[in-house]
Amino acid sequence: MSIDLDTARRVAHLARIAVPEEDLPALADEFNAILGFIEQLQEVDVEGVEPMTGVTPMRLKRREDVVTDGGMPDKVLANAPDAREGFFAVPKVVE
Amino acid sequence: MTDLNALTIADARDALRKGDVTSVELTEACLKAADGAKALNAFVHPTHDLALEQAKAADARIKDGEAPAMCGVPLGIKDLFCTRHVPSQAASGILEGFKPEYESTVTRQLFESGAVMLGKLNMDEFAMGSSNETSVYGDVVNPWKVDDAQRTPGGSSGGSAAAVAADLCLAATGTDTGGSIRQPAAFTGTVGLKPTYGRCSRWGIVAFASSLDQAGPMTKTVRDAAIMLQAMAGHDPKDSTSADIPVPDFESMLTGDIRGKTIGIPKEYHMEGMPAEIEALWTDGRKMLQDAGAKIVDISLPHTKYALPAYYVIAPAEASSNLARYDGVRFGHRAKLAQGDGITEMYEKTRAEGFGDEVKRRVMVGTYVLSAGFYDAYYNRARKVRTLIKKDFEDVFAQGVDAILTPATPSAAFPLGAMTDADPVQMYLNDVFTVTVNLAGLPGIAVPAGLDGQGLPLGLQLIGRPWEEGDLLNTAYALEQSAGFVSKPDKWW
Repeated sequence: MSIDLDTARRVAHLARIAVPEEDLPALADEFNAILGFIEQLQEVDVEGVEPMTGVTPMRLKRREDVVTDGGMPDKVLANAPDAREGFFAVPKVVE
Repeated sequence: MTDLNALTIADARDALRKGDVTSVELTEACLKAADGAKALNAFVHPTHDLALEQAKAADARIKDGEAPAMCGVPLGIKDLFCTRHVPSQAASGILEGFKPEYESTVTRQLFESGAVMLGKLNMDEFAMGSSNETSVYGDVVNPWKVDDAQRTPGGSSGGSAAAVAADLCLAATGTDTGGSIRQPAAFTGTVGLKPTYGRCSRWGIVAFASSLDQAGPMTKTVRDAAIMLQAMAGHDPKDSTSADIPVPDFESMLTGDIRGKTIGIPKEYHMEGMPAEIEALWTDGRKMLQDAGAKIVDISLPHTKYALPAYYVIAPAEASSNLARYDGVRFGHRAKLAQGDGITEMYEKTRAEGFGDEVKRRVMVGTYVLSAGFYDAYYNRARKVRTLIKKDFEDVFAQGVDAILTPATPSAAFPLGAMTDADPVQMYLNDVFTVTVNLAGLPGIAVPAGLDGQGLPLGLQLIGRPWEEGDLLNTAYALEQSAGFVSKPDKWW
């Protein structure tokens, strides 16, 4: 499996990371080095093996479905780059 | 009398309780040492005022009697831990200016037990790196220096390891996703423990790969690791993967008696091209444990070879998902937008500016292995291989093995910049002996065991059964006593 420029461009977009066109070849090379390394996994016989979902066998705890926290909009917004009138502000998303 | 900042936790605790020293004195000694060690670049957000305030409160509590062991002990805290109203950036530009309104469970527990925070410690960005060269704050420098070269303290908990080795604090918190506590401990002649997955709450620790991340103590001695783990561990309702099981008194389990214990030596950890000094150290460690009365057996962990490639699918996949939250909306950096830019441009520019190269690379690799058409071939296959790696360990434990002895790292600390031109995979190989432990969720500890020919520290790793940190610490304690490692870096900074 080899990553071409189109794939590198597509992955960068999926990850929402702007990558300048001139940096794509180097990025594709790095992907290829890493994918070449993980390609070894294809050698392993995994027939009938369950993919791991949790490393410690335990039942996840349940709790009452009730509100346990909240009511602190000022704290929630304290670190926002742009907060107005109790909301996070972002560029226009609906035309 | 040892300089106060060079004390162990155990000695400081005893001196504090006897009234021979105050926490304020200890804290001032550490702050002075840290202020004088700017060349190491370990502390990146000092918290002098908070430290002295906490120290005074600790002194009052000690005076009243019944203070816990960690009360009054000055610590460094890795920047990955969210600490209330104190910058918590995970060494990333994307969290520039972020001051959490909450406290991570681990630091909350430490502070409730009376520990003092000296400041936040440098690390690799988002804990992604093995040399502390990916930090937005710049490289950490290893206090160990044997020639003109400045060396890496390892990573990702490089600031923690350097600060402990240079006596800028009594101990530090670290986190370990693929070796990030144990590799830097080995590179700096200190002790680093990664507990069983689920032993310490992950709540409030900036997430890298949630199924692998685990916090642990980085200390000067094995005893200190036992004392500090005690304060860090325990069930937390806010982390559904934290285990609701009792936390034993780890320190009381340090007898040094390992007679009758079975120690496994895995043949797959003999790596091609491994330096002879590492092989020799490993052989020495085997002999030390044997002389202490343990039974040594050769074992096989057949899927070892596939641990690193499985890790470099699983960890980036989880990271790509965890790091999706850095979108320039709720916290940290937002890029300046051009006329007409919409929300997609905001995400793309913010993340391009805020993330460093290694983080971008891993997020994109993770995105790729999770993308339609590749999910089964890479991600699901890696999770199946992870099942096999865990089974390797379960099989040897079922055969009666109590702990496994391996080298901690494939080399001693290398010069900063030595890997700049290497492809990323070369750097990943640093974690070859440690990453299996994360994949299997086991406890592992790096113990300093000797110096190489140049005078740089080397460490050995012990791997234990799940939830048996007490037993593992005791074996590590026996190894520590036999190895008798007492070297300290000569102060040049």
